[in-house]
Amino acid sequence: MSKKTIAVLAVQGAFAEHIDRMKALGAECIELRQKADLDQEFDGLILPGGESTVQGKLLRELDMFGSLQEKIKNGLPVFGTCAGLILLAQELSNDEHVYFGTLPVRVQRNAYGRQLGSFHAEQEVKGIGTVPMTFIRAPYIEAIEEAGEKEVEILAVVDNRIVAVRCRNQLGVAFHPELDADNRIHEMFLQMCDH
Amino acid sequence: MSEERYALNKQLAQMLKGGVIMDVTTPEQARIAEEAGACAVMALERIPADIRAAGGVSRMSDPKMIKGIQEAVSIPVMAKCRIGHFVEAQILEAIEIDYIDESEVLSPADDVYHINKRDFKVPFVCGAKDLGEALRRINEGASMIRTKGEPGTGDVVQAVRHMRKMNSEIAKITSMRKDELFEEAKQLAVPYELVEYVHDNGRLPVVNFAAGGVATPADAALMMQLGAEGVFVGSGIFKSGDPKKRAAAIVKAVTNYQDSKLIAELSEDLGEAMVGINEQEIEILMAERGK
Repeated sequence: MSKKTIAVLAVQGAFAEHIDRMKALGAECIELRQKADLDQEFDGLILPGGESTVQGKLLRELDMFGSLQEKIKNGLPVFGTCAGLILLAQELSNDEHVYFGTLPVRVQRNAYGRQLGSFHAEQEVKGIGTVPMTFIRAPYIEAIEEAGEKEVEILAVVDNRIVAVRCRNQLGVAFHPELDADNRIHEMFLQMCDH
Repeated sequence: MSEERYALNKQLAQMLKGGVIMDVTTPEQARIAEEAGACAVMALERIPADIRAAGGVSRMSDPKMIKGIQEAVSIPVMAKCRIGHFVEAQILEAIEIDYIDESEVLSPADDVYHINKRDFKVPFVCGAKDLGEALRRINEGASMIRTKGEPGTGDVVQAVRHMRKMNSEIAKITSMRKDELFEEAKQLAVPYELVEYVHDNGRLPVVNFAAGGVATPADAALMMQLGAEGVFVGSGIFKSGDPKKRAAAIVKAVTNYQDSKLIAELSEDLGEAMVGINEQEIEILMAERGK
């Protein structure tokens, strides 16, 4: 596998943690903070945890939204965690906003309630085995949209809620693999960047 | 608080990094803050500048008012309790606040003891003006630290002083021999393990934000360049001429804190900044509360 360059959306949230993981796995990282940063070449995109309202707004105001959406639609491998999953979702059940809308799933924001509802779990992820999962004011995937029925692959379920999916070039998880000492989901994403 | 809960609470602070937490006093202001890109709001009855002006005893806000703000926005909601007032903290936990600020902005309820924050499930953020204060608060269970600065003044000088002090103390510990850390722990009045963490990692074990006196996009970027991981803005927004515009400008300045050209653009036409009070004109030094 040749050395990959991964762009990490760095407008707000836990982007530094993803960069550490990617570097540990031997990838180069660039931070996306404004439009000019998009001129660089990259093989994959990470949308980190944080506040989706803030990230969604800054993506538009810093003029990165359109180009990134286009790149995702054209097959750029993308990995969204928590807020990143919200940015990718085609529909939000409890919010009128839609951001990239490229992942054909319906997501509920803050689905486990406030901070007192945040929790840690260990659960099977398809093709990887049992991994630690940290849910912070997390969303979950309520349903797969009709358009995605054939393409969306469910990777993990916790308490009967879908918490990880893959659809073509897109990997979306409700939890924060960047916060636990386990690199396997990041490795899975790097493999997606190889194709 | 279990270790797992404490980890989750520190991790929520990690999600707030690179963001701006804004003081709001009404649901309407909370909505303005959220729309402007705040990553969380601090619900309180009066902003620090007004607390300073009004004088008297300042307490936790009415839970009904806080609930109104929780209903108005989808981002995390924080609220303040008085230093040492663990019953106010219990009330805030009962209404499921996302973060409690045990804050020197309110009148202290205890002049010796801080709250034993390990007793709670909800996370706490505490102010600190040097490394010793920060580590003592962390030892008591705080999962996030902010500089104290001097709230409600619009004067950033104390926040700068506190951030620089903390950074230089961290740098000093990083360069120490391990056998010197025991004495350092004694001097700082904190457990050895916390000093060892700072020595090994060159940072606090929790997220560290700037707070107190931030009034302009340039102030916010200054604090970020000095090493803050995010910024609290209290009176600076809703005491200014055009809160909406100023709030959005500060958010963008925090994201691109090293891009002076962009910050120059953001600083244009913001209307009147809050009227500040200089350090020498202050009657109450809030940063001296709780050490």
